[in-house]
Amino acid sequence: MYDRPDPVEQLAAVAEFLRDQVMPRVDGQLAFHVRVAANMLDTVSRQTRLAPEAEAAELARLRNLLGSGDNKATLDDLNRELCERIALGRFDIDTPGLCDHLWRVTLDKLAVDQPRYDTLLRLLAAAKTKEA
Amino acid sequence: MAGGSPIRNDDALMSSAWLDVLHDAIAPNDGKPAARVADRRTARAFAITGLCRLSGGASQETWRFDLVEGDRVTPLILRRAPGNAPSVVGSGGSAGLAAEAALFGLAAAAGVPVPAVRAVLRPEHGLGEGFVMDRIDGETLGRKIVRETQFAAAREQLAYQCGQAMARIHRIPASSVPPLRVAPAAAELAHYRGVHRSHETSKPVFELAFQWLLANAPPAPAHPVLVHGDYRNGNLIVDAAGLRAVLDWELAHLGDGMEDLGWICVNSWRFGRPDLPVGGFGTREQLFAGYEAAGGVVDAARVHYWQVLGTLKWGIICEGMAHSYLSGAERNVEKAAIGRRASETEIDLLELLVPPPGTSLARKTGTS
Repeated sequence: MYDRPDPVEQLAAVAEFLRDQVMPRVDGQLAFHVRVAANMLDTVSRQTRLAPEAEAAELARLRNLLGSGDNKATLDDLNRELCERIALGRFDIDTPGLCDHLWRVTLDKLAVDQPRYDTLLRLLAAAKTKEA
Repeated sequence: MAGGSPIRNDDALMSSAWLDVLHDAIAPNDGKPAARVADRRTARAFAITGLCRLSGGASQETWRFDLVEGDRVTPLILRRAPGNAPSVVGSGGSAGLAAEAALFGLAAAAGVPVPAVRAVLRPEHGLGEGFVMDRIDGETLGRKIVRETQFAAAREQLAYQCGQAMARIHRIPASSVPPLRVAPAAAELAHYRGVHRSHETSKPVFELAFQWLLANAPPAPAHPVLVHGDYRNGNLIVDAAGLRAVLDWELAHLGDGMEDLGWICVNSWRFGRPDLPVGGFGTREQLFAGYEAAGGVVDAARVHYWQVLGTLKWGIICEGMAHSYLSGAERNVEKAAIGRRASETEIDLLELLVPPPGTSLARKTGTS
C-alpha cells in the first residue's frame, strides 16, 4: 500500500509544474518541447487509468476472433497473429466481428492518445445522435 | 542556375562575399572557427543579422537571417545539409537540396509561386550542401491559416489556387527536371510496407489498409509527371490575398499527379476542420476546378486512392519517429510523442475503408 499522491496524481503535479512554472519562463523550441512533455504526461495518466479495462476487453475479443485456445498467448502474440491473417487475406472486412473489433481497439487507443482528435469527437457525436 | 553561383542579377548579391560573412555567422554553431572573412572591406560591406535556426532534423537545417548591406536589408532563408551529410536519392528518399533548388527555378518559370533562389552553396562556401532563398512574408502554420479571420478571404480561393499550382507543376516537362526517383503507387506502397515492417509494430488497421491499397492500386502512369510530394497545409505560405508560395520540395519525384491532390486532403492537415477536406480551408470541388482551369485532368477515384495511401503513409512516418527515438537515433521528446499520433491515422483509415461503428460501440467509449 503506497501513500498518495498516487501515480496519476503525481503525473498531474509534474504536468502542472511544467505548464504553470516552466513554460512561461522559456521560449522558442524549448517552450514547445516543454508543452510536448506535459502533454505526454497526460497521455501516461490516461493510459494508467484506461488501459487495464481496455486491454482485458481487447484480449477477450482477440481470443474469440482468432479462435485461440492458447491461454498463455499475450496481446502482442494475438495482434501479430491477427496482422498475419489480414496480410495473408484470410481475414478481411467481411470477417464477422473484425470491423467491430478494429473500431473498438482504435476508439480505445484514441481515448488515451488524442481524446480531442476531431475524427474521434465527430464519430462519438454521430453515434450519440443516432442513439437519441 | 549554371555554375551554382548567385542567381539574381543583383549587384549586391552577385558577389558571393556575403556567403563568407554568412559562413562566419554560422560557424560557431558548427563548432568551427569563424575565419572566412579575411577581407576587412567585405566584412564591413555586409552584415548578417537576426540569424536564427528555424527547424530541421539531424541531416537538414533551415535558418532565417537578414542580409544587411548599407541601408538595404534582404530577408533570406538558408536551407542546408551541414557538414558531410549529403542528402540521399532513393525510393521514398529526398530529392536532395541541389535538386530542390533547381526545381524552384523550373516551378517559377511554370508560374508556380515559389521563393526566388539567391545562391546555391558550393563546397568552397564551407556551409554544406544547400541554397539561400528569399524569405516571403506570410503565414505557414496550418492551424492559423484555417482559423484566423485575417485569412478568411484567402481561404475562399486557396483550394482553387492550390489546384492551379499543382496542375502547373504536373505540366513541367519531365525531361527538364533533375534526376528524381520514379514512384508510381505500387512502388510507394512496397516502399512504405518495407518501412512499416522495419518498425516491427503490429497494427491490424495498417494491414487492412495495405490489403485495400494493393487490391486497388492504379496502374503506373504511362507518362510519369513531376509530383511535389509534400503539397499540404503547413508547407504553404499564405497571406491575406491567398497563396504566396509552395515550399518543401525535398520529396519531389516522378509519378502520378493525383498523388498531390490526394495528399492535401489527408485529415491530418485539416487542423480540426474535417468539413473542409482540402487542407481545412477548401472543398474538393474548388481544388479540382483550379486544377482543370490550369489544364489538368482530375481522376477523383485516384485522388481518393492517394488520400488513403497518404493517410497510411503519415501513420508510418509517425511510428517511424517513435522508432527513431526508441532505437536511440534521435533522443528527442517530440519524436517520442509523435509515435502516439499514429492512432489518429488508424481512426481515419477505418473511416475511409470500413462501415462506421455501431452506436453501442461508441457509447462504451469513455473519453476524458
